[in-house]
Amino acid sequence: MTALQIIFILVAAATLGAGLMVVTSRNLIHSALWLVVALFGVAVFYVLLQAGFLAVAQVVVYIGAIAILIIFAIMLTRRIMDEDSPTFNANWGWAVFVALIIFGALTWVLTSWPGISQPMAELSERSDPLRQLGAALVSPSLYVLPFELASVLLLAALVGAIFISWERK
Amino acid sequence: MIPLSWYLIFAAALFSIGLFGVLARKNAIVILMGIELMLNAVNVNLVAFWRYRAPEMIAGQAFAIMVFAVAAAEVAVGLALFISIYRRRNTVAADEIDLMKW
Repeated sequence: MTALQIIFILVAAATLGAGLMVVTSRNLIHSALWLVVALFGVAVFYVLLQAGFLAVAQVVVYIGAIAILIIFAIMLTRRIMDEDSPTFNANWGWAVFVALIIFGALTWVLTSWPGISQPMAELSERSDPLRQLGAALVSPSLYVLPFELASVLLLAALVGAIFISWERK
Repeated sequence: MIPLSWYLIFAAALFSIGLFGVLARKNAIVILMGIELMLNAVNVNLVAFWRYRAPEMIAGQAFAIMVFAVAAAEVAVGLALFISIYRRRNTVAADEIDLMKW
């Protein structure tokens, strides 16, 4: 077992444990903080996969913006909810069942696929994934249309969020 | 050398945890957090497939960035909705928000 594999197992265990704490923790603030741990674990995986830009974007966008937004929303909607009302709804047994079925089915489908044992492809010496990504996002023959659509979507979400949460006098 | 299957099984586990949170929790904000976990699992899959199968094409990373944008938009609108509902009905429990239930 190499050092990378040990790092992978440790980070995977921490991320999955944090994910479990997110969905089972009674206190919402604790849930949100565990969510930060889980998102950070995913950022470590991006580093292991040599996608450095995505790792930085994960920290900036997910941890820096989304998790903080969620913490703000929890503080704005605070109530007795986290003390005496039940954490789970009546269907939680079925939820465990469905989640286990999905996990088993995904694992089975993926491990029976022949490409699963393929080793990691070599990155060629001259190629620079970051430069390639930047060029692909603005190249008309690749992803400029989805990229612009994403920015329009973000603008629409911004306007929509302000409009929805506006307090009318 | 980490096998591709480790990443895929990890992502499947993270997705299932998120799915459990979405299906089982009462609080709407935790449901949103479960959706975030699921989107992250999908992103790990996209990047792992990019790295192992086709590192010369950048599609995996480009789509992961689209997922980032969609997740940010979804959280902004979702949290605005919950805050608005909380103001009017004083709850964010998903089963008490039943205005449109016939």
